[in-house]
Amino acid sequence: MSENLILELIDRYLNGDMTAAERAEFETLRKNDANVDSKVIEHKLFVGLIKQYGERIELEKRLDAIHSEIDVHTLKDELMIHPNWIVSMWRHHHSKISVAASIAIFAILSTLFFTGKLNSHNSSDVELLSQKVDQLNKKTNTLVQTTDNLTRQGRTGKPNKVINPGNFRGTGFALSSNGYIATDYHIIRDADSVYVQNAAGESFHAKVIYTEPKYDIAILQINDAAFKDLGNIPYNFKKSLSDLGEEVYTFGYPSGEENFGPGSLTARNGHSGDTTEYQVSIPVNPGNSGGPLLDSRGNVIGIISGRQPEMAGAGFAKKSAYLLKAIQNIPSDSLSKDLTLSTKNTLAGLSRPQQLKKLKNYVFMVKAY
Amino acid sequence: MNKDLKASAPTDSEIVLGILNNSEIVLKRLYTTYFPMILQLIINNNGNEDDAKDIYQEAIIVLYNKIKSGEFELSSKLKTYIYSVCRRLWLKRLSQMNRYGGDIRDFEEYLPVDDEVEKHNDRDIQFNKMEAALQLLGEPCKTIMEDFYIHNRSMQEICERFGYTNADNAKTQKYKCLQRLKKLFFQQK
Repeated sequence: MSENLILELIDRYLNGDMTAAERAEFETLRKNDANVDSKVIEHKLFVGLIKQYGERIELEKRLDAIHSEIDVHTLKDELMIHPNWIVSMWRHHHSKISVAASIAIFAILSTLFFTGKLNSHNSSDVELLSQKVDQLNKKTNTLVQTTDNLTRQGRTGKPNKVINPGNFRGTGFALSSNGYIATDYHIIRDADSVYVQNAAGESFHAKVIYTEPKYDIAILQINDAAFKDLGNIPYNFKKSLSDLGEEVYTFGYPSGEENFGPGSLTARNGHSGDTTEYQVSIPVNPGNSGGPLLDSRGNVIGIISGRQPEMAGAGFAKKSAYLLKAIQNIPSDSLSKDLTLSTKNTLAGLSRPQQLKKLKNYVFMVKAY
Repeated sequence: MNKDLKASAPTDSEIVLGILNNSEIVLKRLYTTYFPMILQLIINNNGNEDDAKDIYQEAIIVLYNKIKSGEFELSSKLKTYIYSVCRRLWLKRLSQMNRYGGDIRDFEEYLPVDDEVEKHNDRDIQFNKMEAALQLLGEPCKTIMEDFYIHNRSMQEICERFGYTNADNAKTQKYKCLQRLKKLFFQQK
């Protein structure tokens, strides 16, 4: 019997189209032939599925017809719970809002990280020694001095100079006899005008001819008609590194007065391993900035740059090699006169007080306005 | 409107009997009685009225088939049963759409109906396969299959409809169509 015929019989059998005799015959066949039997079962299942599928389509059509009679729109308005707009916005957009917030947090954190704000060990804890006299202080001092002068005037009948202490004060020292002076960049930064004052109290106008902010070094030139040649510079500049433990000192005007600061070289690297600086055990004060660091034989080995607030008695000085480098870097058209560094050291054999006596003519108070 | 519907709400046994007797009126009353409840559930949980329609009809079909198969026992209220099925279906739909925020605003009590929803889903998959197979089958086979197996038309009628000269030709055609339909159906994953 062919497949075709068997299926035909099965269809008729399942549909109940058979006569009683045919039916009995088919059932016997089914009983005797397992193959036919399994075909009947399989076909029944498949046809059943087709029928159910048809019923489902039919039912869906009926439900759709019922649905179309309902006024969904009115119902919806009645049943909708209207949450306030923040809640509904959060419901609909919470994933987007969360993503945006995390991106924002990430951006802030990475900005902080890359700009170093999260790093607490940055160099800002080195307190720069520039002595910033605030507005009030300055005014008070000027007033006090004016009053002093007025009373003196009243007593002596002679006018006296009013000294303005300036916004920033530091120290500087002569590089050559014709008026070139080295100091710290931070002292003269943003200054409108710069004056230098020698130990005798004479002020000269100076101009900044070169700066190297990276090493905190500035070179000034005195351009005042009253300025006379300084005579031979008694110290020279050391090119090589100085040794640990060497006896060193500085000279400057930390509080407006000449001040001698002795100590020794305690480290060949500065704050946080800064290789451009020495660490010295000199109790440097604000105003020492820009002063020369000399060794016992009177060689300039550095220039005082700052101190670390949490380390009492420790100061830092930029190594003289960087000062020499800065001098070399001055563009030649900025130099109206020759800048010839002294190579002769006339301090070497002298005792410390004698050294200082000579030195003080070459060290200046730097005032920036 | 809501009040009217509630007033005319059919009793649960009325509905079961009506469905068993293929009553169109009962089906309609059942449908209109509980639709507002489901609309409320869906539109207040990130859905719209079309979602509500889909979900509700699926639930009615689940209930309808259960009653028809004689498995349905009135152990809970029909209302609770419909609500539970819809709730379950909607949660599933929400997570498929990645819109499930982790909580759902409920308006009624509900029962665990996971098994029934699973069963319904399996069936749905079969029906989708059948629908696709019929589409692929093309004409005239599709109509022959539908006429004979779904609409229970006799071979004689089919013969006339398609203009076959004799019933044997029609039978051969029907046989070929059936074989192809089976092939298409079982080929699908």
